[in-house]
Amino acid sequence: MKNVRQVDLIARIRDALIDASVHLEPSLMEKLDWMRRETLQAVEALAPEDANYKPYKASLEVLDMIQENLRLAESHRLPMCQDTGMVVAFIEIGPDVPLSMFAIEEALHAGIADAVKDGSFRNSVVVEPVFDRVNTGTNLPPIIHWFPTEKPGLTFSMLLKGFGSENCSALAMLNPTAGPEGVVTAVAEIVQKAGGKPCPPIVVGVGLGGTAERAGLLSKRALTRKVGDAHPDPRYAQLEQQIFDKLQTLEIGPGGFGGPLTALGVAVEYEPTHIAGLPVAVSISCWADRKATFVWEGPYARN
Amino acid sequence: MREINLPLTRETIASLNAYDRILLNGPILVGRDQVHLRISKLLKEGSPLPVSLENETIYYMGPAATPKSMIIGSSGPTTAARMDPFTPTLMDAGLAASIGKGPRSEAVLEAVRTNKGLYLIAFGGCGALYATKVIAKEVIGFEDLGPEALMRLEVRGFPVIVGIDSKGNSVFT
Repeated sequence: MKNVRQVDLIARIRDALIDASVHLEPSLMEKLDWMRRETLQAVEALAPEDANYKPYKASLEVLDMIQENLRLAESHRLPMCQDTGMVVAFIEIGPDVPLSMFAIEEALHAGIADAVKDGSFRNSVVVEPVFDRVNTGTNLPPIIHWFPTEKPGLTFSMLLKGFGSENCSALAMLNPTAGPEGVVTAVAEIVQKAGGKPCPPIVVGVGLGGTAERAGLLSKRALTRKVGDAHPDPRYAQLEQQIFDKLQTLEIGPGGFGGPLTALGVAVEYEPTHIAGLPVAVSISCWADRKATFVWEGPYARN
Repeated sequence: MREINLPLTRETIASLNAYDRILLNGPILVGRDQVHLRISKLLKEGSPLPVSLENETIYYMGPAATPKSMIIGSSGPTTAARMDPFTPTLMDAGLAASIGKGPRSEAVLEAVRTNKGLYLIAFGGCGALYATKVIAKEVIGFEDLGPEALMRLEVRGFPVIVGIDSKGNSVFT
């Protein structure tokens, strides 16, 4: 039985997920525009007989089709990509939130179910991974990460995580002395190996520190940040920039055709780790880096 | 832009080169991971297939739900590399071309070359775009697989880039 607070939260979750499936955040749209302009310039600078001409031209076509696809998604109110993903939810619970974790989880499930139904999502989740792989038929359950916070309200950051890109996520356990160069190299190797598989151009989340599983979580949390926002710690902001620049040299390009640019954004998150290690987790998102973030503050009366 | 009518003929295939940007018109099959696993098993056993693969083009795709106003929901390509272990077997059984996204294995390149077929690249993530290119849809096998069932689509103006041509030239090498 849903109470009035849950009903309100369910509607917020549903609407946020459907919106995320149809259009991208403005900062990511700007990055796609930037990449298209740069790629067009690069194509125009080449003679048709140049070895790079065809790869660059095909990459430009990918960027053009992405724009066309986004226009059609908007006008038909259709998910931009058929892989509407598994929902990965980061939930921060403030001290004033009058719902239990159980009630919040219940609302999240109901909100996803409504979005799947009303937003023409795909049911992409199976009950177990190895044997029969029977579809749950609801796109449930989501992956949920809980964070208690002193900040008021309930903050939802959700990813619609497609698996073309998720299959390219990976972990590297570096030596503690590897330093920023070691991190840049490790991320570049993982992205290079992914190549054209994750629907480039890509957004890359990097989780540093913690343990193996914590680094993985951090790499996903990094993807919840707005594309283009720098890390508040200037050293880590610089590391993000170094990784971003390095990824552009890999010549993977949009669609994997070998264009001049590959990454739309890189976000790093870190946490304390052990003296003996430097976990590096990489979560790759395709260009359709769909996310939904909102703070829910009601309806509940404040005293 | 060059328009290609399906099913593919040997002459059409021979005239296409890696990087050619083309539009497809006509019937295609749709199948992904589980369809490939099942078809491969049937071929191995010598059992009949739900559909002949002769001169067919298969699209690696699993659609999202269909909204009321449309023939099909969001329906862009899935990563082709996951079908790599099965593609040579299907091509040896008559399949002419596959449509997916991203790079293929050496074995697939070889199968495309020896069978004089094609690997066509659809635009990844462009599910809304491809939904507007579908004019008919029918489930023709393995219905229990839901969004992964074997389907027949009729498409018009379906944009792809030739990824591997019949001479064995690839955009990924």
